[in-house]
Amino acid sequence: MLEVDNVTIRFGGVVALDGVDFVVREGEILGLIGPNGAGKTTCFNAITGVAKPTKGAIRFNGESVAGRKRYKITRLGIARTFQNIRLFPEMTALENVLVGADARHKTSVVGALLRVYRVPVKRHELAEVTATGGLARLAQQARRTGQRFFGLSRHTLEERAARAKATELLRLVGIDVRAGELARNLSYGEQRRLEIARALATEPGLLCLDEPAAGFNPAEKEELLALIRKIRDTGVTVLLIEHDMRLVMGVTDRIVVMEFGKKIAEGTPAEVRENPKVIAAYLGVPADAA
Amino acid sequence: MNALLESARRADERRAKAAIGIRDRWSSLPRPWRIAVLIAFIALLYSLPGLDIPLITTPDTDFTSVLFLCAVYVLVAVGLNVVIGLAGLLDLGYIGFYAVGAYTVAILGSPNSPVVVKYPWIVCVPIAIAVAMLSGVILGWPTLRLRGDYLAIVTLGFGEIIRVFALNSDITNGNRGINAVPTPSEADWPSWMTWFPTIHEGRPVFSVSSVIGFYWLALTVVIICMLGVRRLERSRVGRSWLAIREDEEAAELMGVPTFKYKLWAFAIGAALGGLSGALFFSKQTFINAQGFDLFTSILWVAAVVIGGAGNQLGVAVGAILLAYLPERFREFTDYRLLIFGVALIVMTIFRPQGLLPSRRRTVELEDRAKEAPVA
Repeated sequence: MLEVDNVTIRFGGVVALDGVDFVVREGEILGLIGPNGAGKTTCFNAITGVAKPTKGAIRFNGESVAGRKRYKITRLGIARTFQNIRLFPEMTALENVLVGADARHKTSVVGALLRVYRVPVKRHELAEVTATGGLARLAQQARRTGQRFFGLSRHTLEERAARAKATELLRLVGIDVRAGELARNLSYGEQRRLEIARALATEPGLLCLDEPAAGFNPAEKEELLALIRKIRDTGVTVLLIEHDMRLVMGVTDRIVVMEFGKKIAEGTPAEVRENPKVIAAYLGVPADAA
Repeated sequence: MNALLESARRADERRAKAAIGIRDRWSSLPRPWRIAVLIAFIALLYSLPGLDIPLITTPDTDFTSVLFLCAVYVLVAVGLNVVIGLAGLLDLGYIGFYAVGAYTVAILGSPNSPVVVKYPWIVCVPIAIAVAMLSGVILGWPTLRLRGDYLAIVTLGFGEIIRVFALNSDITNGNRGINAVPTPSEADWPSWMTWFPTIHEGRPVFSVSSVIGFYWLALTVVIICMLGVRRLERSRVGRSWLAIREDEEAAELMGVPTFKYKLWAFAIGAALGGLSGALFFSKQTFINAQGFDLFTSILWVAAVVIGGAGNQLGVAVGAILLAYLPERFREFTDYRLLIFGVALIVMTIFRPQGLLPSRRRTVELEDRAKEAPVA
């Protein structure tokens, strides 16, 4: 699904990534681990277009990612979360998710203004007349009749569908009761979850999670594990950066280990755990062995 | 002194709470009621010139002209609000677009301009909007890659360039200016508009002696534009603008084509600026480079910020204050820069979200106030 092919990134004299090579297969959860400064986040940045590879290629479903605009990469089907939470703090949780959902919307600026692109609606989708009498009933009836003859604008339909989808995603990550709250007022854990919901709203094929469990307590980590599995089961491939070894071992199908910008190991969690290079990278090499 | 500040702050908090209370009550009203109240309010606005309300009417100037000026300024503020309040782009040279719109109408419509052909008003105005919009795109294309202060400086330069160009170019008649700027005269009206009352109290509605037609026209344009901007605000477009204002990079990574939406905000703002310039100078009928100074541009930004950036009603109030106060209190005119400057400083201390803030900004700033004593 995603091929990272011999990617090198230099920032001036610093080599952040050095010939990194790996493949993410459709439907798996791939863990990307390594000590601090190993180049994991740089790798994410390269995949999502934030950093341009100096050398090498990144292909998503056969299409080259390099040189594409970032929002186009997102529309291609790669979504991400951020290591340091980057929500839209003055927008509500629901609105945050809606921004993600907009990635799939077709309404243009002129369309949103004039709303002339009409789509016919089925009878059961027409506005309901609920008021029992008076001006309110008259207004509702007028609305219903209007919808029967002129349909609904694409804007309205997209907006409705997006709201339903966003609510569902908020429920999936477990913060639907906070939908109307400004993102800045959510707790830390809720903000992390909201980031995942927002990324999922862009309907990605590949979801890149950058340390989603940072700062979580064990119970929250457990919930997150379940959530990541659930996301995978809905058909989204997951690429996961994580420090917590137990979390990574518990949830991933395969693991890529990086150190100093290079890939040092790759394999199933069991294989990686036994790999001496990985042990050395994480625990250091004993003085007498060096 | 501290006690005084404290009591002022408390009084202000009370008022802010009361304002929010009103807003809640308002939004909890059933929709037909809200529409009915709005229509009544709009009807009141249309009939303001004839009502002659004591204390509000201006003793020294024609009240209808003042109302017209208010309407034009509100239109300016609505456009500037799209750029500053929604997309978060600080535009200090907004008056440039206003000038472009005004000059386009003057050059195309006046027989005394270098373009000798005289086009009717109704043709000139759409062209003026288009030209202003185009100038917005041309300015925005290279500069919207800049952020924050840098963009402010570039737009500031743009405003000045337009003014200096108008002052020195032949096409604008330099400092002599252009007279006989076209007005929406009856002769140009399409046949289906003949029902419209063209004579008010014995005088033609679009004339120097009776400006009521201009006021009605401007008010209508303002209402249409406010409804239009409101539609944009409540769609993916407004959401994208907010997201860009909050965190541009994150917005881009969530699939928002940020450059495109910033350019749209700029273009829409420019179009509204151009339209307001066109409207104002079709009443004025004379234009030269005097009216386009930097201070006016900065006062507009101040009006938007004082009124409450991001909230259309707020910026409208700010604009009305800016237009109305100097006309009502003549003594005010000479000091308006001073007074608005002081108001701006006082506001940033006590009520940084503006008189009628957008709801999110209120919460944002209240939270910050709560955090402050802890830090």
